[in-house]
Amino acid sequence: MLQPYIPILLLIAFVVANAILMLGASHLLSTFRRTPTKIAPYESGMPVLGDARERFPIKFYLVAMLFIIFDIETVFMIPWAVAFRQLGDMAGLLIIEMLVFVVILAVGYVYLWKRGALQWD
Amino acid sequence: MKGFLLLSILKMLFVFTVIMVGVALLTLLERKVSAWMQNRHGPNRVGWAGLLQPAADGLKNILKEETYPALATRTLFFLAPAMSFIPALLLSAVIPFAAPLPLDFDFALGQLGRFAWHGAMPMVVADLPIGFLFVLAISSLGVYGVALAGWSSNSKYALLGGLRASAQMISYEVAMGMSLIPVLLLSGNVSFGAIIRDQQAGLWYVLPLFLSFFIFLVSGFAETNRLPFDLPEAESELIAGYHTEYSAMKFSFFFIAEYANVVTVCAMVTTLFFGGWDIPGHWDEQGGVLQTLATGGFFFLKLMFWIFVVMWVRWTLPRFRYDQLMALGWKVLTPLALAYIIVMCVAIYLIEHVAGLTDPTLRSLALFGVNVVIGLLVFGLLDSGVFIRGADRRPAASEVVG
Repeated sequence: MLQPYIPILLLIAFVVANAILMLGASHLLSTFRRTPTKIAPYESGMPVLGDARERFPIKFYLVAMLFIIFDIETVFMIPWAVAFRQLGDMAGLLIIEMLVFVVILAVGYVYLWKRGALQWD
Repeated sequence: MKGFLLLSILKMLFVFTVIMVGVALLTLLERKVSAWMQNRHGPNRVGWAGLLQPAADGLKNILKEETYPALATRTLFFLAPAMSFIPALLLSAVIPFAAPLPLDFDFALGQLGRFAWHGAMPMVVADLPIGFLFVLAISSLGVYGVALAGWSSNSKYALLGGLRASAQMISYEVAMGMSLIPVLLLSGNVSFGAIIRDQQAGLWYVLPLFLSFFIFLVSGFAETNRLPFDLPEAESELIAGYHTEYSAMKFSFFFIAEYANVVTVCAMVTTLFFGGWDIPGHWDEQGGVLQTLATGGFFFLKLMFWIFVVMWVRWTLPRFRYDQLMALGWKVLTPLALAYIIVMCVAIYLIEHVAGLTDPTLRSLALFGVNVVIGLLVFGLLDSGVFIRGADRRPAASEVVG
């Protein structure tokens, strides 16, 4: 039952080992000559102005929230899509179910659009 | 069981080697194709016609000095490249690259015991029953590496690049996930093997599901941060985006991850919409070594074609502006994919239950007809300039009054 997943576990172990090996080899072989200019953040050769971790636009948080909502809708659609042809005679009912689902989603989508959540300027 | 493990390890080593060597050669191919399109030579000094250039680049990246920005968060700065490298290389594990190979062996190896296998061996590292969901799940993990790289560097360019990249990748993932629902509607299964078998019975899905293919391809470009969507590393604005502060092998890891993702997206396009390893004409049903080799070669050809298209697009289309990019993802592709799901399920219902077409080829042809109509409608609307246009189109000189 779970046999197909064994190669995936093997591959994860193999890839992680490779990543450690390659980063480690590079770390051991590299020379370190740290100078104040070299370890300063790159700002096109200008003197560094303050910390980079300041406030950034709230839009990015909003996009992440929208992503979670819409991606979960996609997750709900996957079992429906897989069952659609297998259930044969019930296909008409399944279409109506999905229409109801998509209409509810579309109402939210139109609301977001009108409130300007999708507007990026 | 031991035979299964032995074969799994052999296939794993084979696929891993092919991906790593392939990625190295792709960096060369990218430069050669770019050179060809710009009418210049490209790398041609190291080895015959520059063929050893990737080896020289790799060696240089291992020996280079590692720099750590003084203000960076050290642990995350070190982890981020590995966090984008690992998921990128895991993805190749579930994509079948040739027809199943009939094998029959049974031998003993001293202390290790007996190794036995009877029957067809699927030519895929892990023949997961959830194949397709595995790709969706693991490909999302790549965002962590990029976002952490941008944040932990504590550099303004890197932070902006990381934010842009993560917002872009999660935005297009919505459209990408939704564009694949019609594939599941038609195949009724999430395993890649079943999807390929369904395409063998009917037509390749690019015909009955053309818009899915279109949306998937466009979001694939955005997911892999390739031009015309390479805003996260737009070199004229952000130096190199989220990997500005990286050097040596850590820098290489981001490049390996990017090219491995390109290979995966192209392999997904091939498998989901172009029949995977299927050769049209039904001659490939007897099974055997020759069949496995031929189908593997054909899969490779289709894959190379799509990789070439990715490089071709790079030198054809200019870069989007960020608001245009987000508008395309959220206001065009997402509603289009959602509407397409409804249209396709109604069309499948009408064709199968009302018109009574159950033959796979006839059904696919009927869906293709539906797609031609929808395609003309959608592309006509998109091309009319009502939904997509330059946001700040400046009036032409003749339109300016006074």
